[in-house]
Amino acid sequence: MSAQDEIEQQTISNTPQANAEPIRILDENGNVLPNAEVPDLSDDELLSMYEDIKLAREFDQRAISLQRQGRIATYAPMTGQEGSQVATSYALDDQDWLFPTYREHAAKYVHGVDLASILKPLRGLREGYAVPDDVNVMPEYIPIATQVPQAMGMAWGFKLQGRTDEAVLCHLGDGATSEGDFHEGLNFAGVFDVPAVFVCNNNQWAISVPRERQTASETIAQKARSYGLEGIRVDGLDPLAVYKVTRDAINKAKDPAGDELRPTFIESIQYRYGAHTTADDPSVYREENEAEEWREMDPIDRLGNYLRGEGILDDELEATIDDRIEAHIDEALGEAENAETEPEKMFEHVYDEMPARLQEQMDELNALREKYGDEEFSEVLE
Amino acid sequence: MSSATNPETETKTDRLTLVEAVRDGLYTEMSQDDSVIVLGEDVGKNGGVFRATDGLHEEFGENRVVDTPLAEAGIVGSAIGLAMTGMKPIPEMQFMGFMYPAFDQIVSHAARLRSRSHGQYSVPMVVRAPYGGGIRAPEHHSESKEAFFVHEPGLKVVSPSTPYDAKGLLTASIRDPDPVIFLEPKLIYRAFRDDVPTESYEVPLSDAAIRREGSDISVYTWGAMTQPALIAADNLAEEKGVDVEVVDLRTLSPLDTETIVDSFKKTGRAAIVHEAPKTGGLGAEVASTIQEGALLHQEAPIKRITGFDAPMPLHSLEDYYLPQAVRIQEGILETVDF
Repeated sequence: MSAQDEIEQQTISNTPQANAEPIRILDENGNVLPNAEVPDLSDDELLSMYEDIKLAREFDQRAISLQRQGRIATYAPMTGQEGSQVATSYALDDQDWLFPTYREHAAKYVHGVDLASILKPLRGLREGYAVPDDVNVMPEYIPIATQVPQAMGMAWGFKLQGRTDEAVLCHLGDGATSEGDFHEGLNFAGVFDVPAVFVCNNNQWAISVPRERQTASETIAQKARSYGLEGIRVDGLDPLAVYKVTRDAINKAKDPAGDELRPTFIESIQYRYGAHTTADDPSVYREENEAEEWREMDPIDRLGNYLRGEGILDDELEATIDDRIEAHIDEALGEAENAETEPEKMFEHVYDEMPARLQEQMDELNALREKYGDEEFSEVLE
Repeated sequence: MSSATNPETETKTDRLTLVEAVRDGLYTEMSQDDSVIVLGEDVGKNGGVFRATDGLHEEFGENRVVDTPLAEAGIVGSAIGLAMTGMKPIPEMQFMGFMYPAFDQIVSHAARLRSRSHGQYSVPMVVRAPYGGGIRAPEHHSESKEAFFVHEPGLKVVSPSTPYDAKGLLTASIRDPDPVIFLEPKLIYRAFRDDVPTESYEVPLSDAAIRREGSDISVYTWGAMTQPALIAADNLAEEKGVDVEVVDLRTLSPLDTETIVDSFKKTGRAAIVHEAPKTGGLGAEVASTIQEGALLHQEAPIKRITGFDAPMPLHSLEDYYLPQAVRIQEGILETVDF
């Protein structure tokens, strides 16, 4: 490499793209910003995206209320983050794979997981993790950042097998960027140049720890530079902007131009309006009014205003959408609440074939249930 | 919480739950020893997700009660370094199911720095972690993997079953010169209260406790499972006239061989109760310890009443997975009637 080339290379490396202002298409009132380009989506697609974001918000409120009533267990709310979740999944092709965490309910739903399946694990039914064969969604990841190297590996597998039309989208949170698995996964993604898109849902809080105490980096996106990856910041409350950067990243993953690397790291800047989970009380560690500032940028209002301005949405259609959402969620809740499981299920699928020792243990439990009745197996402390 | 003074001993006590006793143990040691610090995820301003460090941040400041980035290997690895400077770090792992990123730091380094350096260095830290099932928690929040750590020479492993022991064992752990894995049974974090002395005291990391004396069978257990074991013992005494001795191991490594063997010599029969999967669980070690020490006293096969060799299920089935009083009673009767 000549000295001139080296200087140019250096200049490119130092371009603070990953530290730039977040990409944004809609302003806080839903107007298209000057020089911004609305992604190429049909009116129906835009409306459908809007409906899914509203559905996600309604689902969230209903799930929180079900938890309060003791009808489901601990739930991780997503209000404020559903616009980004929905938009990232709209950017996927059906054959692409999604690696969600425990908060990406809406991303899962848009990529093909039905709402009842999302609710079942919250009722303690593992059955909800099983999805139809043509739905490419991994069971949600709860141990932090563990999905990152795995998503990289799946993308690597596609590349090694010449499956050029398949890519992987991996979600993670701001807290996850502190875990070793995050760095190992991103490093591998760069070294092996795999068709993967990593979306960091930076909601500013890892339970009680604020973003500025999580990392001394100026931005999260800049971490991508350490691994040779493109790092992008996007306004995570602007669904159109999130769609655009994610779609571009998926396209690049499958068909990079020139010597462009396939993987992309997107920092989607959001805010967790509510608690980490229903077991958490954010008033202990943050100011209430902090959420209010972000609510002024709310994705539902912004996209809704844009659609109304374009003449795509009116009051009548909004009412129809709301009714449809209500009915859809009611049906899913009914299905999830009526779903049952059996103690035998916990012995199934541990291995391809059940070992004799495990079979004996299952038989022993069943004999006890037969002898004493299932009511003897209620609370351990009673 | 209410304070009282025991008229016989003149000791001031508070009525505390187990998790309050953990907090009180931390508070008491931190008040007396500036080198003790707490670090972990959400332990500071939030006071811990189970409130085990509630108020300590305000009391001792952000340099002694430290909210760290979300990184278990970082938390434990840095605690090892801190310990080498003469400090006594108490890293918290938010749930035992999230300890695995720190496993390498614990087993490859904390456990063996003393032996690798021929005794020149040690790692006096206490890794605290809530563990076990029964609270309807999400997946990965309910595991009991004490056997992983018991298997590692150089570590001490402790699990209290009462508020009194929680404070006393924690105090002893903090003062211990070796690394201690301190496992807190979250099912009984708030299940009942005990008189807990306000002042500091130690429960030694060497002695198992006889929770109930009996002559027909010894039931060995620890942590949250002491509760269903005691319920089963009471039921059997009332309904079948079986006299059960319940031995709470308390310190899982190193095991109190003497108490384990002596109890068995008295009863000649044993059942072991733990939440963890049966295969490779600590129950097997207890059974071997009994056979090595008291084979000629054995009247019946040693029974293990444990979690199953399957992943901890989601919460709707956890009451079938965990040893219930009914399973414990059945196992005891089988052994007594052998």
